Amino acid sequence: MTVEEGDSVLVKQGNRTFNGVLMPSITDNAVIKLINGYNVGFDPGNVTMELAEKKQDVQAATVELPPHDPDLPNVSILSTGGTIASKVDYRTGAVTSQFTAEDILLAIPELTKIANYNARVCYSILSENMQPEYWVRLAEEVYNEIKAGAAGVIITHGTDTMMYTAAALAFMIETPVPVVFVGSQRSADRPSSDNAMNAICAAKVATSDIAGVTVVMHGTTSDDFCHIHKATKVRKMHTSRRDAFQSINSRPLGRVDYPSGKITTYLDHARRGEKELAINSNIEPRCTLIKYTTGASPETLLFASANYKGIVIEGTGLGHVSTEWVPYIKRTTKAGIPVVMTSQCLSGRVCDRVYDTGRDILKAGVIEGEDMMPEVALVKLMWALGQTRDIDEVRKIMTTDMAGEITRSSRT
Amino acid sequence: MSSKYDYKQLGLMSGLEIHQQLDTKEKLFCGCPTTLRDVEDSNFEFFRYLRPTRSEMGEVDRAAAEEAMLTKQFVYKAYDTTCLVENDEEPPRELNPEALNLTLQIAKLMNMDPFDEVFTMRKIVIDGSNTSGFQRTVLVSTGGYIETSQGKVGVGVLCLEEDAAQRVEDKVDSVIYSLDRQGIPLVEIGTDPDIVSPAHAREVAETIGMLLRSTGRVKRGLGTIRQDVNISIARGARVEIKGVQALDLIETIVEQEVERQVNLLDIMEKLQSNNASVPGDIVNVTNLFNQTQSKVIKKALKRGVVLALDLPGFAGQVGREIQPGRRLGTEFSDYAKKSGVGGIFHTDELPAYGITEQDVDTVREAVGARDGDCVILVADLEDRAQGALQMVVERARLALKGIPEETRRGLPDGNSAYMRPLPGAARMYPETDVPSEVITRDMLDSIELPELLPERKARYMEELGLNEELAGIVASKHLELFEKIITEVPGINPTLVASAFDNGKHSALDTPYIDSTLVASTLVNTLTKLRRESELTHDFDIDEVESHHYVDLFKLIVSGGAAKEVIPVLLIEIAQNPEKDIEDIAKKMGLGQKRIEDIERSVENIINQRIDFVKEQGIGAVGPLMGEVMKEFRGSVPGKILSNILKEKIEARLNSSE
Ligand SMILES: [Zn+2]
Repeated sequence: MTVEEGDSVLVKQGNRTFNGVLMPSITDNAVIKLINGYNVGFDPGNVTMELAEKKQDVQAATVELPPHDPDLPNVSILSTGGTIASKVDYRTGAVTSQFTAEDILLAIPELTKIANYNARVCYSILSENMQPEYWVRLAEEVYNEIKAGAAGVIITHGTDTMMYTAAALAFMIETPVPVVFVGSQRSADRPSSDNAMNAICAAKVATSDIAGVTVVMHGTTSDDFCHIHKATKVRKMHTSRRDAFQSINSRPLGRVDYPSGKITTYLDHARRGEKELAINSNIEPRCTLIKYTTGASPETLLFASANYKGIVIEGTGLGHVSTEWVPYIKRTTKAGIPVVMTSQCLSGRVCDRVYDTGRDILKAGVIEGEDMMPEVALVKLMWALGQTRDIDEVRKIMTTDMAGEITRSSRT
Repeated sequence: MSSKYDYKQLGLMSGLEIHQQLDTKEKLFCGCPTTLRDVEDSNFEFFRYLRPTRSEMGEVDRAAAEEAMLTKQFVYKAYDTTCLVENDEEPPRELNPEALNLTLQIAKLMNMDPFDEVFTMRKIVIDGSNTSGFQRTVLVSTGGYIETSQGKVGVGVLCLEEDAAQRVEDKVDSVIYSLDRQGIPLVEIGTDPDIVSPAHAREVAETIGMLLRSTGRVKRGLGTIRQDVNISIARGARVEIKGVQALDLIETIVEQEVERQVNLLDIMEKLQSNNASVPGDIVNVTNLFNQTQSKVIKKALKRGVVLALDLPGFAGQVGREIQPGRRLGTEFSDYAKKSGVGGIFHTDELPAYGITEQDVDTVREAVGARDGDCVILVADLEDRAQGALQMVVERARLALKGIPEETRRGLPDGNSAYMRPLPGAARMYPETDVPSEVITRDMLDSIELPELLPERKARYMEELGLNEELAGIVASKHLELFEKIITEVPGINPTLVASAFDNGKHSALDTPYIDSTLVASTLVNTLTKLRRESELTHDFDIDEVESHHYVDLFKLIVSGGAAKEVIPVLLIEIAQNPEKDIEDIAKKMGLGQKRIEDIERSVENIINQRIDFVKEQGIGAVGPLMGEVMKEFRGSVPGKILSNILKEKIEARLNSSE
């Protein structure tokens, strides 16, 4: 009888016998999870393997959820693939992501004291595989949830591209309730994961007075508080740390203390119920972001202008490219393709009126991206081109604060 | 050693689990050094909570559940020698090849045939001792053995794992850990339960320790090796005693655990014949103590209560000694302390602690105790006291059935105290951030077995003429450095050394010639003295002196650039200026061979002038003459060197004149 992954097997090597479960292997070796829990690999040429017992489907333990509490608000959880709950099968070592409300609440029981939940999988994709088209559907789903009476919406998202999706929703939706993005930097299957604290703080914000799209993630490396970031001012600034998300060119909107759940705000924000629910999710996804580097050939721009409807440049310093690029920019804007200038400094405002090159760049028709981050400018440009094809209209949109992405005064 | 028990007849089964830190350059999963730090040197601190991960199986481990009950904050101390990997803020790097290689060498020493592919696993540990909530561990081999006087003892497990963070302080609702230790590579060696007597346990531990030290690449010193002992007797239960740091204790630990199990079995029989039972009713007797003279109870009553528990049929047994100085009551107390109380009282030891005979009588009456019952009292905050007595109920019920399976903490006197229930099967799943390692035949074949310590010691005595003590210490403690010096410094040719010894006497002052005894005694004696001095004065840190410094130092001495008398002074100078060239240091100090010869001549002159005094005083003349010698050099030569030379010259003169 042949053995399959998941079967209990006996492996005989010389006079020794090993008992365990057959595991998947990426080498030629047979990998067994031994009774003591360890995985070990055997060269199949040196051992014989017998079936001990066919694998059995483990019946998931049925669990009682606390009943709907009429005194608590109703919050919707939409999942896009970012995992906020996991289950580990210690028999096989398999880790599975969990998306149902039941599973999330079992993993993070504190959530049940904050709200009633309705959880749904919107996408199940890796963060890096997110596409602008998916923002549109997500925006529609959020819209529908709010319309159906959700007091707040939590969106679980992989952290790599969370800032793009969050910014996109900020442009697409006018919301009278909180729409909160949350994720985890350390996998949900580990006891130290930041998933639970981030989710609890996100639920606190989702049931708070802070209407609008925000990102709620760890504020420091400790489990002491989460920061609440405006969706258009937040950027992932570290590959792996819990406090990777930082507000750029802005203070965070506020913080949620853990475990108390106390919310403190630092900035003005729209209050619950102030705005009418509205959606405007048209976009032009064919936009691109080009980084100017020393020696970069203007052909990059030439290629972009032939293939895209809008271009954001991440220039140096105050927003510069080499003089060699200027005629190409001019040709691009003349062709009706908006070119937005941002800075690779990330922090600070673009200003092309200071140096000669800058003034030439302005004359070539560049739109200054103010204190927008390059990525946010890109998302905004897609959205702006979804609203109008008129380059002057686009310029007006790009230089007007639509969703908190441009601040009038740069504060220290 | 005459023993109290016939261990064979009792059916003693014992196994050891030995954890030994490896002396690798980097940690197991990051590039940080494997050095331990003072907590005061911590430059950063953060805190976390841990929560158990949900399991597919839905089962809850008893030990994990007890740990999870306490929602503690874990505070971590970080250093300029730790990184984001220790902080659980960055994925681990690949498994340290140096550590894996060393583990394969250890596998060979234990007659093991490692698996063809090994995997880093995550073993769930949620007491905060690992920032991640799991310990990374690799099973490298099973099925080995070592030879002992009682035959082969199986070595069932060889794991390579990361050490946990060091527990610095326990507070009421937080625990402080130091991250310097987390991630240091560790081998875990588990023997089969083949150990037959306490003395055998000690022998097995010593043998494994010797094999590990023979590699020359394991850490030395307190806390670098930790031993757990598993013990059971035929009618008893498996008990794991953790954290035995001293080898000498292993034998006593086993003896006293056997004694404990024998006594607990006897208590069980007595209790059964007394028809003892544990109804478990907890009675509030606070009002009986309104007028008490007991200071302990008065203090507790300021904010708390006194609760009582009747144990029918337990009288006399709770106060019975089961290990030297420990009673069944002590075991009750260990359990009770888990809920935060300081301890318990039981009527087998009362009246005492200011609790009077009358107090005891009224309490007995209040709980309806009969003769033959034992009553337990706890005075503390109400929920703590309640929790404490519930734990006593649990332990008392176990006493009726025999011996509970437990993890216990080894105590310095060879006893042990309750820590937690034995953990269930380890909860493990793969560490997906670390690729597996394929162990090839070539890798195994290329690993050479080290010379074992006893062999090496014998060789040093025979070939290098080291005395037994020096040979033993150098072979086990300074092996790598010693070998490096005697191979890299050309003047220390072992065969020349041997013949020099045959010829007998020589003086290093006459020729720049040095031998391996000088090297060995520098490493063993001089360094020990300097280390003590540096700990007292903090003028220098002797650990700043690295192996290349020693090589340069002895090269300099061989070439006559410095005299052997100045070794201690030079070492201090190097420790203070590790970046400087040794030759320059010696030149600057003017302590070359030539200079020493000048000093010797001057010293001899002084001795000649005072020869009568020297003959009269003998070696006692050193002190008085030292003043004159010092005056001669007016601080240009360190006093230590002058006194060494003076002593040597006076001795020589006294010997020659006899
Ligand atoms: Zn590190």
